[in-house]
Amino acid sequence: MAEAIGNAIAVNLDGLQYIWPEIIVTFAIIGIVIVDLVLTGKKKAVLTALSLLALVLCLSSIAGLYDEAPRSLFMGMIALDGFALFFKLLIVVTTIVVTLFGLQSRDVGADRIGEFYALFLSVALGGFLMAGATNLLMMYLALELVSLPSYVLAGYQKQVRRSNEAALKYVVYGGVSSGIMLYGFSLIYGLTGTLDIYGIAARLETTSPYELTLFLGATLAMAGFGYKVASVPFHFWCPDVYEGAPTPVTAFFSVAPKAVGFAMLARFFYVGLSAYDGASGAGVALGVAWPQLLALISAFTMTLGNLTAIWQRNLKRLLAYSSIAHAGYMMMGVVMLSSSGLKAVMFYAGAYLFMNLGAFLVVLLLAEKIGSEDIEDYRGLGWRSPWIALAMSAFLFSLTGLPPTAGFVGKVYLFAAVVDGGLYWLAVAGALNSAVSLYYYARVVRAMYLEKPLSDTPVLISPFATGTLAVLFVGTLLFGVYWAPLADLAETSTAIFLNGSDAVQAMVR
Amino acid sequence: MAQWILTLLTFIPVLGAVVILLLPGKSVNAIRRVALAATGFCLLLAVWLFQDFDRSVPDMQYEVRLPWIESFNIQYYMGIDGLSVSMVLLTALLGFLCVPASWNIQRGAKGYFALFLLLETGMQGVFVSLDFFLFYVFWEVMLLPMYFLIGIWGGPRKEYAAIKFFLYTLAGSVLLLLAMLAFYFNVTDPDTGKHTFNMLVMMDQANHSEWLRAGVIFGYSAPLMIWIAMFIGFAIKVPLFPFHTWLPDAHVEAPTAISVILAGVLLKMGTYGILRFNYPMLPDVTRDFSYFLAVIGVINIIYGALVAMAQSDLKKLVAYSSISHMGFVMLGMSSFTPHGINGAVFQMFNHGTITAMLFLLVGVIYDRAHHRYIVYPNDYEDPDLRGKLGFGGLWSQMPVYGSLTMVAYFAALGLPGLSGFISEALCFLGAFQVHRTMTILGTLGVLLGAAYMLWAFQRLFMGPFNERWKDLPEMNGREIFSLAPLAVIVIVLGVYPAPVLDLLAQSLGELVKDLNGPVVSALQQ
Repeated sequence: MAEAIGNAIAVNLDGLQYIWPEIIVTFAIIGIVIVDLVLTGKKKAVLTALSLLALVLCLSSIAGLYDEAPRSLFMGMIALDGFALFFKLLIVVTTIVVTLFGLQSRDVGADRIGEFYALFLSVALGGFLMAGATNLLMMYLALELVSLPSYVLAGYQKQVRRSNEAALKYVVYGGVSSGIMLYGFSLIYGLTGTLDIYGIAARLETTSPYELTLFLGATLAMAGFGYKVASVPFHFWCPDVYEGAPTPVTAFFSVAPKAVGFAMLARFFYVGLSAYDGASGAGVALGVAWPQLLALISAFTMTLGNLTAIWQRNLKRLLAYSSIAHAGYMMMGVVMLSSSGLKAVMFYAGAYLFMNLGAFLVVLLLAEKIGSEDIEDYRGLGWRSPWIALAMSAFLFSLTGLPPTAGFVGKVYLFAAVVDGGLYWLAVAGALNSAVSLYYYARVVRAMYLEKPLSDTPVLISPFATGTLAVLFVGTLLFGVYWAPLADLAETSTAIFLNGSDAVQAMVR
Repeated sequence: MAQWILTLLTFIPVLGAVVILLLPGKSVNAIRRVALAATGFCLLLAVWLFQDFDRSVPDMQYEVRLPWIESFNIQYYMGIDGLSVSMVLLTALLGFLCVPASWNIQRGAKGYFALFLLLETGMQGVFVSLDFFLFYVFWEVMLLPMYFLIGIWGGPRKEYAAIKFFLYTLAGSVLLLLAMLAFYFNVTDPDTGKHTFNMLVMMDQANHSEWLRAGVIFGYSAPLMIWIAMFIGFAIKVPLFPFHTWLPDAHVEAPTAISVILAGVLLKMGTYGILRFNYPMLPDVTRDFSYFLAVIGVINIIYGALVAMAQSDLKKLVAYSSISHMGFVMLGMSSFTPHGINGAVFQMFNHGTITAMLFLLVGVIYDRAHHRYIVYPNDYEDPDLRGKLGFGGLWSQMPVYGSLTMVAYFAALGLPGLSGFISEALCFLGAFQVHRTMTILGTLGVLLGAAYMLWAFQRLFMGPFNERWKDLPEMNGREIFSLAPLAVIVIVLGVYPAPVLDLLAQSLGELVKDLNGPVVSALQQ
C-alpha cells in the first residue's frame, strides 16, 4: 500500500516536468491577481507585460516539449503528444493576440484589466488541459475550467445589459450541456467500468455492450462537445453571447474554446470509440456509428450557420453564425476518422485563427471609432480607410475560402480528406455551403466598396493596432500562398497518444 | 529566358499593379502609363510566343516546373500548346487595347488599373497552367478583381450584377474543386508513384485508378459524375443555357473595357476548360455526351439570337449575341472532328476579337450620347421618347464610326471575307459530318444573326438623321487606336486564316486523339 502510494507520488512528480505551460500560466494568474492588488498607478503596463511574458514563456516551453516522446501523465489523466501541443500553441497565440486586442478596446476598462488578464489566462489553462485530457473526469473538469471564467468574461461589462444577458445565457446553456455530457459519461462508465478513454476502447474491442445505451451515452456526451464548438443543436447560445460580450472576448471565444473543443471531441471519439487496423492504419468506429452521426451534425451545422448568417445586420452576429458554419466545416475532418482528416482540422483551426481574429479586430477597431457594429455603417469604408477595408476583405474572402488565402487552403485540405474517404455527399454539401457563404461575406465587402461613404474622414487607428492587423493580414495571405510550414506542423502533430499500442504508429504514419 | 517567359507573361501585370499602388492616386496619367506599359510588354511577349512557337509538334513548350507544396505534390507547372498560345495572344491583345479604352475612368483610377492588371494575371495564369491546383488558384483569383471592377465602376445595377456573377461562378468552381480532388486521389504519376495535380499525367488514361474508370458515386458511374461536376463549372463560365442568366447582367452593367474582357476572354475560359479537362481526361464520357453538347450548342445559338433580336438596348443585344456565338463553339466542339474542333477554337479567338469590337463600339456611342437605346423602351422616363428610335442616320454624322461598326457587325454575322465566317463555316463543316439535324438547326442561327445585326445597324446608322445628335463628335484617335487593330485582324484572318489555324492543328489533334476514333468514322459512313 505504502509502496503504491509512493509510486503514485513519484509518477505524479515526474509528470510535472512535462506541464511547463500549465505551471507557467498558473503562476502568471496568481502573479497577476497579487500585482493587481498591490500595485497602484501604472497597473496596465505592468500587468500586460506580465501576462505577455508568461505567454511567450509558454510558447518556448511548448516548442521544447515537441521534442519529448509522447507519454501519459498523472496516471492516465492527460497526455503529452503533438496533438495536444498543437492546440496549446493555438491557444497561446490566440491569447497573445487577444491580449493585444484588450489594449485597444474601450470595453475593457483600464482599472479592471487585471481581472481581464487573469480570467483569460484561466481559460487558457483550462484549454491546455482540454487539449490533453484522456480521462472522462479530466475532460469534464477541463471543460468546466474553460467555461466558468468564460461566463464571467461574457458578462465583463457589468453596466451593459447586453453583456449581462450574454453571461446569463451562457451560464444556463453551459450548465445544461455539461450536465447532459456528464450523464452521457456516466452511462459510458456504467457500460465499460472505466473512465480512461484507452480503457473504454480496450473494453469495447473485447466486449460488445448494449448498443442503444452506448449510443445514448456517446450522443449525450456530444452535447458538451457540441456546446463548446457551437454545433447544431447546441449552438443557440452562440449569437447572443457573441453579440453581447466585449469584442475581444468574442474574438477569443470564436477561436480558442472552439479549437480545443475540437481537440477534445476528436480525442474522445478517435481514441475512446475507435479501433485501428494495425496493418493499414485505417480506423473503424467502435460500438456506435459516430462518424455517421457527426456527418449529419456537420452538414446541419454548416447549412444552418450559413443560411442564418445571410439575414444578419450586426456584424458580430454575422460572424457568430459564420463561426457556427465553420464548426460544421471543421467537423467534416473529424468525421473521416483518418489522419488526413485530423490534419485538415488542425490546419483549418490554424488558418481560422488568423482570419477570424483579423475580422474581429477590424470590428473592434471600427466600433471604437464609428460606434457601430452594423454592416450599414461600414458603407464606403474602402474609400475612407483603404487599408483597413483591404485587410477586412482579405479576412472575409479567406473565411469564404477563396485563394490566395489560408482559408482556401484549409478548405482544400478538408475537402480532400472527405473526398479521399469517399463521403461525397458531405463534400458536395460543404462545397455548396462555401458558395452560399460568399453571399453574406460579400455583403460586407459590398458595403465597404460598392456603396457611397457616410463621410470622407478616414478612420484613424493607432500604429499598434495597425501592427496587429498587419500580422494577421500577412498570416492570412502568406499561408494561402506558401502554407507548407503550417501543414508540416499539423502533420508532425497528428500523433494522438494511444498508450503505446500499435495504433500510435498507425496514426503517426 | 525561354523557361521564364510564361512566368513573366503571367506576373508582369501584377508587378505593374504593385507599381500603381505605390503611385499617388492623383497622378492618373502615370497610373495609365504604367498599365499601358505592363499590358504592352505582355502583348510583346505574346506576339513573340506566337511567332516563335513550334507549330509542327503537339507537345507543351516553354515548360517551367518547380515544386511548390511538396507534401501535397503541388507544382508550379506552366507550359503552352497551340490552344494556349491562341488564348494567351487574345488575352494579351485585349488586355492591351482595353487600357486606352479605360482612359476616361476618373474615379479611383488607381484601384481600377491595379485590379485590371490583377485580372490579366489571373487570365494568363489560367491559360498557361499545367498543374490543376495552380489552374484552380488562377481561375478563382480572377473572380475577385472582376467582382470589384463590375461592382464599383459599373452601371446602375452594378451591385446586383457583380454579386450574381460572383455567386454563379463560385458555385461552379466549388464543383470543379471537388472534381479536382477526386482526380488527385485517383491519378498516380508513373515517375514518382505519388498522387499528382499534373494535368498531363491526368490526361493519360493509363495513370487513372480503377475507381476512376468504374467507381460509383451516388449510384452513378464515378467518371460520369466527375465529368458533370467539371462540365457545370465550365458551362457556367461559357455560359451555356440554362446557366447563362448572369451574363446579360454582368456584361451590361460592367464598364466598357470590362465587358470586352468578360466577353472576349472570360467566356473562352469555359470552353478552354472543357477542351483541356473534360475532353482529354475523361474521353469515354465525353464521347457519350457528343450529342448532348451539340444540342446545348444549338439551344445557345437559337435562344441567344432570338433574345438578342428582341433587345432595345444595344449593349444587351451584343451580350446575347455572345451567348449565340458561343453556341457555335459548342456545336463545333461536339463533333470531335478536326474541322469542328479547329473551327471551334478559331471561333473562340474570332469571337474574342469581334465581340471586343462590338462592346468598344457600344462604349463609344454611350460615352457621347449617354444612352445606348436602339429604340427607347416603353417604360422610358421621358414619355415623348417611348417607342422612338434612339439614334438613326448616324452614319452621316460619324462616318468613321459607322464604317468600323459595319466591319464589326458584318464580321459578327459571318460575312465571307471576314474572320467570323471561316470559323463558323468550319464549325458547321465539322458538325455536319456527325450531327446533321443539329447542324441544320444551328445554321438558322446565322440567319437570325444576320437579321438582328443588320436590323440594329439599319436603325442606328441609316434612315433620316436624328437632329438631336447633331453635336456628336466623331471618334477620337484613342478610340480608333483601340478599334483599328481589331478590325485589321478580323479582315486579315478572314482572308488568310492560316497563321492561327496552323497554330492549333497539332495541339488540338493531341487533345482529341482519344475521341475522334470509332465514333466519328462510324457516323461518317
